[in-house]
Amino acid sequence: MKLLTVSNLNATYGDFQALYGVCLEAAEGEAIAVIGANGAGKSTLLNTIAGSVASKGDAIRFAGEPIGGLHPWQIVARGIALVPEGRRLFASLTVEENLLMGAYSRSRDAHSLDEIYKIFPQLRSRARQSSLSLSGGEQQMVAIGRALISKPRLLMCDELSLGLAPKIVGEIYETLALIRERGVTLIVVEQNVRQAMAFADRVYCLQEGRVSLEGISTQLHPDQVSRAYFGIRQNQSQGDLPDLDSGSPGVRSDFNSEASGPTNSGFAGEGRA
Amino acid sequence: MSGWMDSILQGLLLGAIYGLFATGLSLVFGVMRLVNVAHGDLIVLSAFLALWIEKALGLPSPFLTLIVLLPLMFLVGYVLQRTILNKALGEDILRPVLITFGLSVIVQNGLLEAFSANPQKLIGGRLETASVHLPGGLMAGAFPLLTLAVSVAVIGLMQWTLYRTALGRALRATSDDRQTAAMMGVKTPHVFALATGIALATVALAGVFTGVRASFDAFSGPDWLIFAFEAVIIGGLGSLWGTLAGGITLGIAQTVGARFSPAWQLLSGHLAFLVILVLLPRGFFPRRVD
Repeated sequence: MKLLTVSNLNATYGDFQALYGVCLEAAEGEAIAVIGANGAGKSTLLNTIAGSVASKGDAIRFAGEPIGGLHPWQIVARGIALVPEGRRLFASLTVEENLLMGAYSRSRDAHSLDEIYKIFPQLRSRARQSSLSLSGGEQQMVAIGRALISKPRLLMCDELSLGLAPKIVGEIYETLALIRERGVTLIVVEQNVRQAMAFADRVYCLQEGRVSLEGISTQLHPDQVSRAYFGIRQNQSQGDLPDLDSGSPGVRSDFNSEASGPTNSGFAGEGRA
Repeated sequence: MSGWMDSILQGLLLGAIYGLFATGLSLVFGVMRLVNVAHGDLIVLSAFLALWIEKALGLPSPFLTLIVLLPLMFLVGYVLQRTILNKALGEDILRPVLITFGLSVIVQNGLLEAFSANPQKLIGGRLETASVHLPGGLMAGAFPLLTLAVSVAVIGLMQWTLYRTALGRALRATSDDRQTAAMMGVKTPHVFALATGIALATVALAGVFTGVRASFDAFSGPDWLIFAFEAVIIGGLGSLWGTLAGGITLGIAQTVGARFSPAWQLLSGHLAFLVILVLLPRGFFPRRVD
C-alpha cells in the first residue's frame, strides 16, 4: 500500500490557482524528488500536504486515511513533518528549543535530543545558542533535526540546498540518505536537479502547477527533463540538465535573504550567550 | 533629603500597581501583536465583579474573591480570544484595535447599566492602614508593599512560564512564526487563547488591587489604560520586566512631580513618558531584532 497518495489535487490562494489536478504517490521507504522552475507550485504542494494550505475532500490520503481539511498540528501528529523553505527557524528560541518544538505534539513518541545530536554532532555544542548565530548549513541541520525529532513516517524537505555551498549540500544529502535507511519516506523539493535526480528513486516535474513529467530517475533522459522543466522545446539542448545547480548565479538569490531571514519574536528575552 | 527619598519610595510603590496593570497588556502584545484597547475596562470590570462576588458570597475580604475571579477572568480571556480575537489577528494590526475598542464601549456601558455611575471602592480593611518602618526613617504602607511583591511574583512566574516550560516555548515560537509553529504541532488558536486567559487572570489581580487602592466607576478604564500603555512603551514592547520598570518609572515621575505641586502629579508622569520616548524610542529593554 502507498504511504501517501495525492490524487487530482487543486490548490488556490484566493483567486490564484497554484496546483491543477496534481497526482503523486510515495510508497513506504521511497525517496521522491519534486523538481520544477520557480513558481511551478512545488512548495505549495508540500504546504498543502502539511496542512498549511487547505485542501478539500480526500485528494490527499496518508496511510490509507484522507488528511485533507485537517489542521497542520493534526497532520504532524499523524507522522508527516516538513522542513520548510528558508528553514523558518524560531529566531527567539535557542537551537535546543527549536529542536524541542518539533517534538511538541508527540512528546511521548518523539526521538530524544540525544538521538538528534547523534545525527548532527556539531549542534550539540551549540545547543544554548540563538538559532540566528549559526551558519546557513547548521541552521539547515536544525531545521531537519526539528522535523526529524517528531519521528515522522514521511519527511518532506523544501529546497534544502537553497543558499548553501555545494560541499554542505553534499553533506546534508548524505545525512538524508542515512535517514532514509532508517525507513523514513522522503519527498524532497529541489532546484538543484542533478542533486535531486541522484538522490531520489522517482522524480516528478511540476510546471505551472501541473505534473509535466514523472518517472524513475535513472530511466529519464536529460532531454525529457529539460523539456518538462521549461515547458518549451529547446533547440540548443544537447542533453543537458537544466542549468539550475545551486552554484549558478542569480537563481533564486533574490529570494534567498528574505526566505531565510528568521522571523522576529515579540520577546526581548533573557540574554543568551 | 529624606523627603525626596520618601517621594521616590512612594513612587516605586505606586509604580508597582501600574506594572501590575500593564503586565497583561504587555503579554498579549508580546505574543500576538494584539493591542487590547479594552484592557483598562476589563480591569474595572474585574473590580466591579470583585465587589459583587464579595457581597454575594459574604466574604470578609475582597482578596478572597480572587479564588473565583482568577479562574473566571481566565475563562473570559480564553473564550474572548478563541471566539473573536483569533479571527481578527493577521497582517492588519488595526482590526484587533477596532474590535477591542468596541469591546471597551460595551464593557463601560454594561457596567453603567449594572452598577450605576456611582464611584465604588473595595475595602481592604486593616491592611489598607497598616504601615512598615524602613531604615532611614522611611515608612511604607503594608498594602503598597504587598502590591509590589505581587507584581514581582506575577511577572517572575510569567517569565518562568515563558522561558522554562513547554507552553512558554510554544508561545514564543508561535509569536515568532505562527504558520511554522502549527506545522510543529502547536494548536495555535488554543495557545493564543491560553495567553489571553493568563493576561486576564493578571487583569483580575490588577482589578482587586486597584479597587482597594483607589475608587473607580464605570468609566475609569481609559485613564488606567493610559498608564498601562505608557508603562509598556517605556519598558520596551514585549518585555515583561521592562513593563514593571516602566510602571515604576511612571510612578516615581508622578510622586516626584507631586512634590512640586499636587497639580503636577499626572502631568509629570506623562512628561516623563514623552522624554523617554524621545531619548529611547524603543524603551528600556528593546527587542533584539526588529
